Amino acid sequence: MAAFVVSPLKMGPLLVLWLAGCLSGTWAVDRGNFKTCDQSAFCKRQRALKPGQSPYRALLETLELTNTKLTLQLINDNNKVRLLLELYRLQGNMTRVKINELKPLKPRFEVPDVLINDPPTEPLSLLSRDENGVVLSLGADSQRLIVSAKPFRLDIMEGREVLLSLNSRGLLAFEHLRIRKDTQASQQFEIAKEDEKVEDGMWEETFKSHTDSKPNGPSSISLDFSLPGVENVYGIPEHADSLKLKATDGGDPYRLFNLDVFQYEVFNPMALYGAIPVMLSHSAQRTMGIFWLNAAETWVDISSNTGSSETPQTDVRWISESGIIDVFIMLGPTPTDVFSQYASLTGTQAFPPLSALAYHQCRWNYNDQEDVAAVDQGFDDHDIPYDFIWLDIEHTDGKRYFTWDPHKFPQPKDMLQGLLDKRRKMVTIVDPHIKVDSSYKIHNEIRSKGFYVKSKDGGDYEGWCWPGNSGYPDFTNPEMRAWWASMFAYDQYEGSMENMYTWNDMNEPSVFNGPEVTMHKDALHGNWENRDLHNLYGLYVQRATAEGLIERSGGVERPFVLARAFFAGSQRYGAVWTGDNAAEWEHLKISIPMCLSLGLVGVSFCGADVGGFFKSPSTELLVRWYQTGAYQPFFRAHAHLDTPRREPWLFGPENTALIREAVRQRYALLPYWYQLFYHAHHSGQPVMRPLWVEYPQDTATFSMDDQFLLGRDLLVHPVTEEGARGVTAYLPGKGEVWFDVHTFQKHNGAQNLYIPVTISSIPVFQRGGSIISRKARVRRSSSCMEHDPYTLFVALSPKRFAQGELYIDDGHTFNFDKQKQFIHRRFSFANNALSSRNLAPGSQFTTFSWVEKIVILGASKPSKATLKTPDGKESQLEFEFDASMSVLTLRKPGVNAGLDWTVVLQ
Amino acid sequence: MSCALLLLLTSLALVMGTGTAVEIQRPRGVPQSKRQFYEENKPFTCLDGSSTIPFDQVNDDYCDCRDGSDEPGTAACPNGSFHCTNAGFRPAFIPSSRINDGICDCCDTTDEYNSGATCQNTCREMGRKERESLQIMAEITKEGFLLKQQLIHEAKRGQEDKQGKLTELQGSKKGLEGKMEALRTVKKTAEDPEKEAKERHLKSWEEQKELIRMEKDKTRMAEAFLELDDDADGYVSVAELQSHLELDPDSDGSLTETETQGLLGGAGKVDTSTFETVWSGIKDKYLSEVSTYVMKTYVIQSFPYPKGSPGSGRSNEVSIIRFENANVCTLLSASQSLICGPEFIWICRNLEKEIGFDFGPSAEFAYLYSQCYELSTSEYIYRLCPFNRVSQKPKFGGSETNLGLWGQWAGPEENLYSVMKYDHGQGCWQGPNRSTTVKLTCGKETVVTSTSEPSRCEYLMEFTTPAVCQEPASLDEVLHGHTEL
Repeated sequence: MAAFVVSPLKMGPLLVLWLAGCLSGTWAVDRGNFKTCDQSAFCKRQRALKPGQSPYRALLETLELTNTKLTLQLINDNNKVRLLLELYRLQGNMTRVKINELKPLKPRFEVPDVLINDPPTEPLSLLSRDENGVVLSLGADSQRLIVSAKPFRLDIMEGREVLLSLNSRGLLAFEHLRIRKDTQASQQFEIAKEDEKVEDGMWEETFKSHTDSKPNGPSSISLDFSLPGVENVYGIPEHADSLKLKATDGGDPYRLFNLDVFQYEVFNPMALYGAIPVMLSHSAQRTMGIFWLNAAETWVDISSNTGSSETPQTDVRWISESGIIDVFIMLGPTPTDVFSQYASLTGTQAFPPLSALAYHQCRWNYNDQEDVAAVDQGFDDHDIPYDFIWLDIEHTDGKRYFTWDPHKFPQPKDMLQGLLDKRRKMVTIVDPHIKVDSSYKIHNEIRSKGFYVKSKDGGDYEGWCWPGNSGYPDFTNPEMRAWWASMFAYDQYEGSMENMYTWNDMNEPSVFNGPEVTMHKDALHGNWENRDLHNLYGLYVQRATAEGLIERSGGVERPFVLARAFFAGSQRYGAVWTGDNAAEWEHLKISIPMCLSLGLVGVSFCGADVGGFFKSPSTELLVRWYQTGAYQPFFRAHAHLDTPRREPWLFGPENTALIREAVRQRYALLPYWYQLFYHAHHSGQPVMRPLWVEYPQDTATFSMDDQFLLGRDLLVHPVTEEGARGVTAYLPGKGEVWFDVHTFQKHNGAQNLYIPVTISSIPVFQRGGSIISRKARVRRSSSCMEHDPYTLFVALSPKRFAQGELYIDDGHTFNFDKQKQFIHRRFSFANNALSSRNLAPGSQFTTFSWVEKIVILGASKPSKATLKTPDGKESQLEFEFDASMSVLTLRKPGVNAGLDWTVVLQ
Repeated sequence: MSCALLLLLTSLALVMGTGTAVEIQRPRGVPQSKRQFYEENKPFTCLDGSSTIPFDQVNDDYCDCRDGSDEPGTAACPNGSFHCTNAGFRPAFIPSSRINDGICDCCDTTDEYNSGATCQNTCREMGRKERESLQIMAEITKEGFLLKQQLIHEAKRGQEDKQGKLTELQGSKKGLEGKMEALRTVKKTAEDPEKEAKERHLKSWEEQKELIRMEKDKTRMAEAFLELDDDADGYVSVAELQSHLELDPDSDGSLTETETQGLLGGAGKVDTSTFETVWSGIKDKYLSEVSTYVMKTYVIQSFPYPKGSPGSGRSNEVSIIRFENANVCTLLSASQSLICGPEFIWICRNLEKEIGFDFGPSAEFAYLYSQCYELSTSEYIYRLCPFNRVSQKPKFGGSETNLGLWGQWAGPEENLYSVMKYDHGQGCWQGPNRSTTVKLTCGKETVVTSTSEPSRCEYLMEFTTPAVCQEPASLDEVLHGHTEL
């Protein structure tokens, strides 16, 4: 929903004054509210280090090699502080590099709960060793890991090629924990290290009016990576920037620090709501990944020698404020491999209920039950499908989550039942800031159980958010999460029902009067400072909520939870969106790279507010946004409280029809979306993909982010220019063909295709060689379409071949997983025969759906079409052939979608 | 299962107007009016003529016709529609996509013949309810329409009255002005001797100037009165005056109720005549709310500079006039105060304004003029003063918010007088000025029935009035007009 501005009418005078200061009359982000690297003391210190002067040396005599890992001490020759290096070879072609202080003054934070397990290792073997270093084998493919002693450096090689080097520029820097010099304790310890001069910002740091007390002093870490042969790096969301990351020389590094940024700007490296410290590198030869497992404020510098005559190389440097260095190097070599590798570490996308992939109607706010009923009816009156209607913060009793406004929503169950009767659902917002109010049950329980985050002085941390003064539950505490989850039980969350799901907004967390609109870094989560785990908070909120929704159904139903803040691993808990964007063409465009970047690092269920959150879209922009959103994973319209209403039917019959058509295209394609999400859940492959993922050698695709693929088989080039009369889409694949999904016109691959467009155009192409299932009978909601028949679109490759899949289950429970109740079919077209065979023989599920129609694109006219079923029966199918487009339509095969069958063309 | 659907013929027993039962056979989902296109065992031609298919492909759950006409009874065609007979209620078309979707759309349950949904036939019940509500509506419409006739009649009379009054007032003003001019001439010519003419002229001009000043002041007073009298009840009340902080006697920044009452001479409200006394106390401080152009319109013309020289060729009349000189002066001053007094201006201005409004084709909305209607919700009291303004006042303290001033009639072309638009209300933070749309529906009473704020600062008000009641059709027509038979 919302950044931190609300109508002053509803807030106290103090806050109004403060807000007035923040607003200063412009629409753009107020950059002054957020730190630059220069204003972040550790970033400034670290960035001041010059390359090529590494003080670190490996003490080879300390090397120990066990079955699972190699350990080795490093010494900083300037201050004699020792570090402990651990190297692991992980199953699935990954290397883990961990560096911590050998003997830290107190334990340093290691990120819990992100890895799905202790990653299984494979033995490293020592190939050679001398006084300069050691060479280790990484198993097959002649991959070696070279540890150089002085200065310390790691190189991963394949054959004679260096894939990646660590500390090759000597920017490893590990600020060891120390005793504050002006304290008594420091006198007793006689640690006099030469580089320990005290700088500003080491023991205290002030930004604007906020002072960070930094009781542990400097604790930052940094490491550089060199990627020879690499010109393209991607990932490290969330930034409103291009898909291909830019060099940061001369500007600020990309920042990873979960923040509620009011009216963010596009095309800059400022931190946004979520942080996933995973970067992918890609060249025509290889794709690799770097996963920097650290939840503190992090900055990423990128530089590249692109344009010079030497071998291309990209250098990357990671800087974090605290914690340890724990890096996973995913060696690919293909994009698919990197996705699998990352999924093996942090898990895959939660498999959403099918309906969550349909259309969502949201607004801040639907005012009352009558409003909800009227909007619901509006969709039926205008014959536009939708599955979810959303309620933002105003539905609560005074911003007390888990409650209802007694005047506006006196009978929530009646309202939910009304939706249920139409097989529709609702989402209500539950934010993680809790109104400090002794008459509010949730607050009293959290307070009495001691579940709130504590301030540095030990009292409950309090800050301003929607309800006014608020507490912030400590979601890092498993007991707190279990309690929170229990609050979603039907008897706890009064007025809730099984068709009501949850939205966690503001989970960065947003603190209106906190530094950079978030929590003070010296606030305490048990023994750890917010500084150590800041970026992890949002993940825990979404996790506890998702667990609550699972528990309330006795473990049967799949949850659906949308969150704004996220971290590595958040994909396991639900969906995310790109936060409070604006009704501007630039924001429509940036939704593509923003969701593509998230998809590359595990989060497939991504979307942007359709129409734009702030401001009011022109009708053309709104229509284009629906057309784009219909082909992005999370499809939800949303609008700010102060904007005029924009339900799809408010812009005249022509625009209503355009929006209806876009939404219908989404619904017809739901079987394909569902199958893609099953895949993402099963294998970690992204749903929405940059072209280079499927065409890794086609350099033309490497920086493309105005079009994308859904799975392998659909290419979408949304119209995102105002007043566009045509777009130029790039169709990849030499020797391949693509079919316009609307006209069935065939186009050759490896070309820039100019497509004239009208306001109704959504350029989408199906890859020759693929088979896509649709449900042509679009109904009121996706649940209403459950038993409907399928139409198969078989797009033949030039070699007259095609393949596709179909996944079916009950659409909402875990039975697909726990009881193997699903259907997974493979369709293949070869030798003039189309067949369906079972991809999951161990599973079983009964569907009422059948095959209604088969449309073969790029076909020639057969003399007859024979359907054969396993019982030996044969029947002739009627067909139509459109010679001008070479489209063959087989009439009503009528076979059940779960069965084996073959259609032979003669 | 669904693939095995065959042509299903439905036997529909329909109760004809005569009461005899007749059996009709037609494919599922086809309305009676299109029955002739679906002839059993003959090839079916799509209704758009696009192709012809064997009859067994009608309603076979596969879409063959581009217009969807071959599948009137299944969900196979994306653009098809299904006809529910709904015996006992009103027949209806629903989109094909609502056939067998698990949701009961037709009250006769015919749309859910294969979805497992358990639907109850509610047609009779709905029919009964609809008849009841139609009956109620019809009665309301009937009575409302009668009321409307009265309103029209009254409005016509009122309008004529007002026009008449205005004409009369304007006429009498003109007459008086003429008379005054004459009297003045008489007066002037009566002032002899000739050698004193210049001096006398000068003096009279001084008098006239004073007169003009007084006129102006009276006009200002009249304007102030009108401005202050927000609710146009002919009185200025404490509340109405209290917003003028400039009148604060002790200049402490707030004008208390007691202070205001003091200004009003201790009264709770004053009428136009009492206001004259009040005015003398406040006129030096009073700041007008409106721009001056409004005033100009109503300022009565200043006297012209006297033309010609007094006493030229009229000497024979002088003696007679002189005799009456004292009387002339009295008459002059009486006429003066009559046509320049605040009451006169007030009446004229309001009459002109009122006559100028669009009160509907037959002035049936005229009765709403200078009335106000309130609706109390949990938080606010909403107030609609038709042709004037809409406002909102918090129930538990706080100042009133202007939700819009009368803008115009804003209904659709064919029903312009069904919606009123009030705009240019108080500005919204980061948003537009508040505005209110008032939807008018037929009712016996004149009441605000609901208010809402569908979009930020855009209010919606429902308002019933007999003035929008249409001539009722006969009840039989209402009840049977929709039934397909």
